[in-house]
Amino acid sequence: MFDALSDKLQRVFDQLGRKGKLNEQDVDRALREVRLALLEADVNFRVVRSFLDKVRGRAVGVEVLQSLTPTQQVVKIVHEELMALLGEAGRLATAPSPPTAIMLLGLQGSGKTTTAAKLALHLRKQGQRPLLVAADPYRPAAVTQLEMLGRQLDIPVFARPGVAPAALCRDAVAEARSAGQTHVIFDTAGRLHIDEQLMAEVAEIRQRTNPSEILLVADAMTGQDAVKVAEEFQQRVGITGLVLTKLDGDARGGAALSMRDVTGVPIKLIGVGERPDALELFHPDRLTSRILGMGDVLSLIERAQESIDEERAAELQRKLRSARFDLEDFLDQMRQVKRMGPLTQIMQMIPGLSRAMRDTDQSAADQSLKRMEAVILSMTPEERHHPEIIGGSRRRRIARGSGSSVADVNQLLNQFRQALQMMKAMAGGKVPKHMARLFQ
Amino acid sequence: MFRRFLRRDERLDEGVRKTRSSFFGRLAALLPRSEITDDLWGELEETLIAADVGVDTTERLLERLRARHAAGEFGTGKELSRGLQEELAGLLRPPDGREPLLPSDLTVVLTVGVNGVGKTTTVAKLGHHWSRSGRRVLLAAGDTFRAAGTEQLAIWADRVGLPCVAAQRGGDPGAIVFDAIAAARARGFDVVVVDTAGRLHTKTNLMEELRKIRRIVDRQGVVGRVILVLDAATGQNAVVQARSFASAIGTDAIVVTKLDGTARGGMVFSVVRELGAPVCFVGTGEKVGDLAEFDSEAFVAALFALEAPDDLPGN
Ligand SMILES: Nc1nc2c(ncn2[C@@H]2O[C@H](COP(=O)(O)OP(=O)(O)OP(=O)(O)O)[C@@H](O)[C@H]2O)c(=O)[nH]1
Ligand SMILES: Nc1nc2c(ncn2[C@@H]2O[C@H](COP(=O)(O)OP(=O)(O)OP(=O)(O)O)[C@@H](O)[C@H]2O)c(=O)[nH]1
Ligand SMILES: [Mg+2]
Ligand SMILES: [Mg+2]
Repeated sequence: MFDALSDKLQRVFDQLGRKGKLNEQDVDRALREVRLALLEADVNFRVVRSFLDKVRGRAVGVEVLQSLTPTQQVVKIVHEELMALLGEAGRLATAPSPPTAIMLLGLQGSGKTTTAAKLALHLRKQGQRPLLVAADPYRPAAVTQLEMLGRQLDIPVFARPGVAPAALCRDAVAEARSAGQTHVIFDTAGRLHIDEQLMAEVAEIRQRTNPSEILLVADAMTGQDAVKVAEEFQQRVGITGLVLTKLDGDARGGAALSMRDVTGVPIKLIGVGERPDALELFHPDRLTSRILGMGDVLSLIERAQESIDEERAAELQRKLRSARFDLEDFLDQMRQVKRMGPLTQIMQMIPGLSRAMRDTDQSAADQSLKRMEAVILSMTPEERHHPEIIGGSRRRRIARGSGSSVADVNQLLNQFRQALQMMKAMAGGKVPKHMARLFQ
Repeated sequence: MFRRFLRRDERLDEGVRKTRSSFFGRLAALLPRSEITDDLWGELEETLIAADVGVDTTERLLERLRARHAAGEFGTGKELSRGLQEELAGLLRPPDGREPLLPSDLTVVLTVGVNGVGKTTTVAKLGHHWSRSGRRVLLAAGDTFRAAGTEQLAIWADRVGLPCVAAQRGGDPGAIVFDAIAAARARGFDVVVVDTAGRLHTKTNLMEELRKIRRIVDRQGVVGRVILVLDAATGQNAVVQARSFASAIGTDAIVVTKLDGTARGGMVFSVVRELGAPVCFVGTGEKVGDLAEFDSEAFVAALFALEAPDDLPGN
């Protein structure tokens, strides 16, 4: 999701790394690049400004200029400040006595209704008993949409045509209490933050039901306006957390930084697909790692455990930790990836791959994956286990056998090496050290 | 160029006026009275960035303005302001000699875009608009994926009194388009507006589904048009979206929705430049009448009516 941004930062730090010691001008030049990257990633310009001030304040001067490994220091500072900006992973609050009310609100089309269903499913998986509340009387078929999702998931939906949203939500809480439901989730209508009447409506729902969570559901593709929207919802209604949807695309998601910065509330959940199970808890460390081009090995493993058999996932994890990860595993991983879901979403999680796929479109990416597969398949088992033995003549043979070029074979081996390097670093758990190695 | 099919709609003007009066434009306030200083250039850059114009396009614009300034074209902030507005409007002006969006022959308009941008609502608005300007319009509910996607369009069709071809959830959108074209021929409709499921441009299989729909339209020997719907609140990702949809099935025109909010949709400058396709309409609300013919001058003026980035006193 932060692909291009990570690439930018990497390129900046590649440059710095080669030069050895940094001076003030170098830092400024790097930060100019960081600024461009953040703006292109839709981080609000004011947020960018304060972010850079913080990084610069720490980067120029003692720490960096006297450091033996300046690149390492700059990366560390950018990393730390991004982590600080993204904040802690938010956990959902629970009411002292059930039911816990959760209100979802946001602009039109941001993904509230879908998120309501996802959240209900998420809670039920944890043994809770959620009730969905159809509090959008305006959009054509909004109630039907929630009812269909409820039916599909076998989760009850509370709907009362003709009853105003605030009264309806209050009734739903009462109903949930008597029916022994643990949670009520209000799916409110989409509204503009400048719509007086509709903002008053959600304020009234809040007043009448006192929800434990008021979550602003926002589209990850949002641009500079995210700040304004988040500020208004925060001031007029008060929010307790953010949900960022549509992160399965290639939006760089800078809006997350912006909204988090202006509201001070944590990002609690992220939406990564249209299906009801495509909801994840937010992990600032993972997001930051992605920003810095680390790939997201941990998310990948977690997903792998859900969708492929546990044994293989455990083995993969063990291999990653011990860095005995060979081309056979690389191939295996690619194939499992294919089964796991949309390609881009997954590819972003594989170190090395997201960068490799930067300039290719999706069908090209598919082609490229196929070609990589073909190249590995043309290798002997020994070559797959010990890629270091693959010299010039073997490369030519593999290229011929797979109907590709030597350049393709070289590329695959480079990608593999890159992935391996990152995985070793991840397994060691020492980010700056690894970054330093990569960038020097 | 599409104007001859349209009656002038007042709504964009209203929307723009509302924006102008509710948000006292920082730039509008700043430019006329100021000297052309470094600070002013900085403010200009910031204002364009804040409107989602994007770093690249902003820099290219400012470079051109600087060149014009160096040539002595602008004496005052006011002249500079006018220069910038001209440049901006120029970017949105479609090249001459494009084919009309809606020729008089049977035309199938595919409405595409990422999730939640306003496609279904726009289909209803367009259908209503074209039918009021004398075309015989049929709607087709091609979103068989999202819960109640079909029901949503059916309700709209009912409200605006247009017929709508639909199928069960999970049905094949290609088949619906096929049926709609057959129905249009049999019953004498000359415009079919097709709603499609929202899809992220990165999903290969879903983009392939669009290509398939497009092939079905082309094979029927009818005029096919693709309208890309963009949400005004979207940032730079809109450019990638546009590029992907255009390369998958082509794009003839763009609709920018939700311009009634505070987002100014500045990313369309890059999009239009990239695609060479014009913005034809804008969405200014959730009601069926909240559609306006695109007017590049009004659009650019609205950019300049941006809310002050740092809340100036007296707003
Ligand atoms: N790819 C993707 N699509 C999503 C995600 N979340 C929601 N969507 C899609 O976004 C579109 C809008 O979602 P809805 O849940 O209807 O949005 P909403 O906020 O309830 O919309 P309104 O009620 O009209 O304001 C639908 O097509 C959803 O399938 C996500 O995480 N990823
Ligand atoms: N304020 C405002 N809201 C709009 C506009 N156009 C559409 N909407 C709202 O945006 C939300 C999503 O609109 P839809 O037409 O369902 O969007 P879609 O692109 O069909 O969504 P999917 O089919 O789920 O991808 C609805 O709540 C609409 O009422 C507009 O111009 N202004
Ligand atoms: Mg909804
Ligand atoms: Mg739709």
